[in-house]
Amino acid sequence: MDALEKFRAETREWLEANCPASMRTPMKEGEEPWGGRKAVWKNPDSKIWMERMAERGWTAPTWPKEYGGGGLTKEENMVLQQEMRRIHARTPLMSFGLWMLGPALLEFANEEQKKEHIPPIVRGEIRWCQGYSEPGAGSDLAGLQTKCEDKGDHYLVNGQKIWTSYADKADWIFCLVRTDTSKKHEGISFLLIDMDQPGVETRPITMISGASPFCETFLTDAKAPKKNLVGELNKGWTIAKRLLQHERAMISGMGLGGGGGAGPGIEQAAKDYIGEENGRIADPSVRDKIVRQKMDSQAFALTMRRSAEEAKAGQGPGAASSMFKYYGTELNKRRYELLLEVMGIQGLGWEGEGFSEDELTTTRAWLRSKGNSIEGGTSEVQLNVIAKRVLELPE
Amino acid sequence: MALVLNEEQALLKETAEQFFQEKVPVANFRKLRDSKDENGYDTAVWREIANLGFAGIMVPEQYGGTDFGPVGLGLVLEQAGRTLAATPLISTVLLAGSAIQQGGTSAQRQKYLPLIASGEIVMALALEEGAHHNPCAIATKAEAAGDNFKITGKKVFVLDGHVADVLIVAARTSGGPKDTSGITLFLVDTKNTDGLKITRTHMADHRNAAIVEFDGVSVPAANVLGSVDGGWDVLEPALDIGRIGIAAETLGLIQQVFDTTVDYLKERKQFGKVIGSFQALQHRAAELFCEVELCRSVVLEALSAVEERRNDVPKLASLAKARLAEASRLITNEGLQMHGGIGMTDEYDIGLFMKRARVAAATLGDANFHRNRYAELDDY
Repeated sequence: MDALEKFRAETREWLEANCPASMRTPMKEGEEPWGGRKAVWKNPDSKIWMERMAERGWTAPTWPKEYGGGGLTKEENMVLQQEMRRIHARTPLMSFGLWMLGPALLEFANEEQKKEHIPPIVRGEIRWCQGYSEPGAGSDLAGLQTKCEDKGDHYLVNGQKIWTSYADKADWIFCLVRTDTSKKHEGISFLLIDMDQPGVETRPITMISGASPFCETFLTDAKAPKKNLVGELNKGWTIAKRLLQHERAMISGMGLGGGGGAGPGIEQAAKDYIGEENGRIADPSVRDKIVRQKMDSQAFALTMRRSAEEAKAGQGPGAASSMFKYYGTELNKRRYELLLEVMGIQGLGWEGEGFSEDELTTTRAWLRSKGNSIEGGTSEVQLNVIAKRVLELPE
Repeated sequence: MALVLNEEQALLKETAEQFFQEKVPVANFRKLRDSKDENGYDTAVWREIANLGFAGIMVPEQYGGTDFGPVGLGLVLEQAGRTLAATPLISTVLLAGSAIQQGGTSAQRQKYLPLIASGEIVMALALEEGAHHNPCAIATKAEAAGDNFKITGKKVFVLDGHVADVLIVAARTSGGPKDTSGITLFLVDTKNTDGLKITRTHMADHRNAAIVEFDGVSVPAANVLGSVDGGWDVLEPALDIGRIGIAAETLGLIQQVFDTTVDYLKERKQFGKVIGSFQALQHRAAELFCEVELCRSVVLEALSAVEERRNDVPKLASLAKARLAEASRLITNEGLQMHGGIGMTDEYDIGLFMKRARVAAATLGDANFHRNRYAELDDY
């Protein structure tokens, strides 16, 4: 048996012994394992599963062992993912620390910062949120104004962030702050701030879907020790951009249907809600729209795979993340529009009797999907990036 | 699985690129068109293509081919698409070649495959009968008469029909007009055959097509390709390979139009600026870029599926054909618009690409046909 197959056997055995039965079922609303100091464990198995996986570093399988990661090779990680899929294991930990901050810290932070911040991310002990956008700095992110002053032994921060996902549930915030007002991009720094202090206040924003995943975050004389500056002073924009790539990669994956829950495909939904004739969706125009959607989706999935293979082979377009962010989110929005069209009035319920839980979830998810092409850089910004960086069209 | 080229394939791509750019540029195609060339393709170029081994790329080595495989052929077709090179690759190598390999008796293989690989024969598939691709709607009849069959009917849009040495004719030997069973394929010599009338048709893309009429054409039973009534089993896989080949050619076409358009955006000045600095055009160009990238992925995947003999070839053939048909319409339309008035002139190449794109899109099933098929294959 070669090493990888041995690893597979051991992994399978360990997963069998350690993955609780309820963690082998599709994720339920409210059971998402976000971790953090304020974590609420609706299903106690979620906590057990997260801790067992974290113990091995398998919440961050490919991160270095010295920072608590699993230290797995790409191939080993692929085996782990396959084995987890085999038993339908839920993801043990969801977190912006894992998806966004961690990769940036590994690349840009100093040794002390890595030792301090990465292990708690892996263990799900600290929940992070992202302090990027401001009321006056959306697409023009580099126009941000949150003021950060050097007070000798610490930084003093004043300003307001907006669209901070789950800020009300987070423990720490990674922030872009202005440390030089005479320059735009070169006056931005990347700062880590503990939210457990009087100078940090959060206020949830109710969205069109009825949910409040985003907050306004007010920083009023918030303090951060100087060691919390990641990278050099005024060089935060480089880190910010890299982190945005991770964020775009995360959001673009939604185009593949990850955002809408599993279950039967849209073609089955059409047969159920519209009816069928001779095994075909009864309405030919809806059927054609569904084929287009599925073709787009398959073409997109193949392109994601090609890009991954090219990256492995050391080729490939650098600004690919913008293409995926643009296409993936637009695709996801179209998918929900089509799903709603297929479901008729059953896709338009808000709450209460007359609708199944899945139907109500779809309505809310349709509304939520509208944000996909706004957050993490709007579709228009992505098209700008492609035009300028890939096609090299002039200003 | 291989969406990235290996070293051997990368080398082949380079060879093909150099060959078509240097030996068969668009000027070559214009010359054929302007001189109303009788063959409609450059026979000297075709010989060179055969010498490079491109004609034998799908033919096994035992029959004199290079057996480089479908991905290799796709790379060649893509490069041919970039310069609008008119060759019998689709008719002879993809359609006839794969039908004979799939359904031919050993005698038929021995006879035809080496000739295909060496470029010494041109073959054509006589299939279509109406304005739209509808491969099982066959009214052309073949009736058994002793050891022979008598074929009667009319075929249209027979690619390379007027220059073909041998036709593969799809005729009905039994069944109703839309049944897949009851179709039989025949190898019919175009020389010295009584009752056969071939008329060249002039299409907008200035490539070769023909109307072929059969008035009781007598064909020996030994010329049946595949089995009597079972021609569909040979025809359908060959059509899928043809569809994927056309998608590969179209990929080269859209890449060329896209690149040319982006270059033009960087060069043309209006209002004192290059027009590529206008966001209205930048965003459209960026969208076209995404479309080209998606097209490249589906074509590569479809070619790989053929190479690996996977069972999702039909679905991927329809995906590739439909996507490339739609994308080529969008990209040639947008490319022409962004070129402005100059794009409307015959002197400029973009119109030639647009005309080829439309004919290629209609060949072996347009986007509507393939969307319907894609859904049928998934049972909805």
